Amino acid sequence: MTQIDEHGRNSTSTLLNDSGLDAATLIDYYRQMVLIRRFEEKCQEMYTRAKIGGFLHLYIGEEATAVGAIAALRPDDHIFTHYRDHGHAIARGLDINALMAELFGKVTGCSKGLGGSMHFADASKNFWGGYAIVGSHLPLATGAALGMKMQRKDSVVMVFFGDGATNSGEFYESLNFAQLWKLPVVFVCENNLYAMGTPLEVHSSVTEIYRKACAFDMKSERVDGNDVLAMREASLRAVEHARSGKGPVLLEAMTYRFRGHSAQDTQKYRTKEDVERHRRNDPITRYRTLLLNEGIATEQQIRDIDRMVDDQVEAAVRFADESPEPGHEWITQAGVYAAPIAVDPPIHGE
Amino acid sequence: MPVITVREALRQALHDAMQDERVFIIGEDIGHYGSTYGVTAGFLEQYGPERVRDTPIAESGIVGIAIGAAMVGMRPIAEIMSVNFSLLAFDMLFNHAAKIYSMFGGQITVPMVLRTTNGWTQLSATHSQSFDVYFAHMPGLKVVAPATPYDMKGMLKAAIEDPDPVVFIEHTLMYTVKGEVPEESYTVPLGKARLAREGRDITVVTYSRMVHLSQQAADILARDGIEVEIVDLRTLRPLDMSVAIESFKKTNHAVVVTEDWQSFGTSAEIAARLYEYGFDYLDAPIARVNFREVPMPYSKNLELQTVVTVDRIVHAIRKTLS
Repeated sequence: MTQIDEHGRNSTSTLLNDSGLDAATLIDYYRQMVLIRRFEEKCQEMYTRAKIGGFLHLYIGEEATAVGAIAALRPDDHIFTHYRDHGHAIARGLDINALMAELFGKVTGCSKGLGGSMHFADASKNFWGGYAIVGSHLPLATGAALGMKMQRKDSVVMVFFGDGATNSGEFYESLNFAQLWKLPVVFVCENNLYAMGTPLEVHSSVTEIYRKACAFDMKSERVDGNDVLAMREASLRAVEHARSGKGPVLLEAMTYRFRGHSAQDTQKYRTKEDVERHRRNDPITRYRTLLLNEGIATEQQIRDIDRMVDDQVEAAVRFADESPEPGHEWITQAGVYAAPIAVDPPIHGE
Repeated sequence: MPVITVREALRQALHDAMQDERVFIIGEDIGHYGSTYGVTAGFLEQYGPERVRDTPIAESGIVGIAIGAAMVGMRPIAEIMSVNFSLLAFDMLFNHAAKIYSMFGGQITVPMVLRTTNGWTQLSATHSQSFDVYFAHMPGLKVVAPATPYDMKGMLKAAIEDPDPVVFIEHTLMYTVKGEVPEESYTVPLGKARLAREGRDITVVTYSRMVHLSQQAADILARDGIEVEIVDLRTLRPLDMSVAIESFKKTNHAVVVTEDWQSFGTSAEIAARLYEYGFDYLDAPIARVNFREVPMPYSKNLELQTVVTVDRIVHAIRKTLS
């Protein structure tokens, strides 16, 4: 029998006492993770039905990393991420109708249907976009952090990237700039053990990615990215460090993607057994069990959340399906420039 | 009106821009070293290290940081010391600066300027190039390459005030070129060509340093009674061809002079547009004067045979008119 105190806390739960979070917040992390999972399962279905085109990189299996990390941010903090960006967008609270519409190439999409799966953005939520050239968005995030510092704001920038990105020149350039100038940026490496289809030990001379920060005298930490609460706590430490002016932090979140690199991946680089072994560490199953065992959520609450999420995802599909496509103006100079300059004779095709 | 150099004109525009607190300058050796071409000499002392940011030698980082800062409300002016080093930042420029506005559906702007400089003087193959065409090829960028101190000052100011990313191309052999420049602040709009010299016989379409060489060629030809009209494009993207086409309709002859390789170069685009819009007025094939198509040699003798010279422009004009 659980005992809920006047603050909504279960006084018998060590989790509630240790995390300092109320039951509603803890349960909401579960909701976010399930929403990411169901949203992406639906994406796969819609991709198969050719409602979604291009590349589709699913985040399934890594949900705890995005939800835990972004839970450590304030609304006035900033996010940059990579092309596997659905999870971060949902954790940041972007409207899933707009996300599904983006995947459907509709003008109601978060990027007006111009960006697609790899390029979700919502400036109103300081979600500055998914970037699809591996590692190349790290300098942008570093620059945004410089902007915050120069504007005397105490906002921080969080940037997500994979283990593969840590071999790019931009990774090293960005870490050097960020530490040199003590910029408020948290670098979150989602180490899912593969750079696309190349295993970690084949692509990186140092396989403990967090140690790469040593070269820059930068604070770093490795964390279980499949544990949403551990991820949040490590992120809080990192964000606090960055916010207080002490400079950047490199977090290495150990995680695993259950699906292929993209929808076309035949996954020759790993066995079904590898994937099954990691599935036993499914961040959502783990967290659900924890919530139930600790008496923070009931089976009924879990079922209600699952059903609500399913309905929300179905509604997003309907919204996307019924939305209009972007108009011709997006392929004129007016769609390319904030301040287009008319010339005579005009640019070809206009 | 005071007569000043291109360098001083650029300095005036930068000082003027620095009145806006959002503006900062970022690049290699712009501060402590004293600035490679002297454009930002003294700026570090005047504005401090926060707004005049010496950087590591990391071009991709420099441009990427400028883009990120611009996205969140700053007005960065990134300097790439020599255009040859800009290759290391092409991903930032082409995949991010040029794309962010349209790819995210118009919700994010990148109001940054990338200053860089073309040029050559026995620096051999990797330090004597022009990539104007690469920049100008890319939708999403605005690309300017002025020729006069007046335009340098006014167009740099306009570029800094522009909400889109602008590549501002200078030339190492032009910093000491002099011209009349008002002391007060002004802008010269981007995307507008100008008539640099009037004449009735032939149109030279050009930009940047080649405007000055074309003027020298026109002076020589004037002695023989040949009147050369010179169109200074000033902006490569978007390309305003109106002045050149009007001129061509009058002279029926054209030579395109650009300081880059001919194949697929800026002169190819300019000539193609003259053909498209001026075909009925054509009395002779359009000639082009460009770099010889080799990596730039070090030897002075060979270098001078590779670059565009006044003699080669004169020769091309005479041939087109004959």
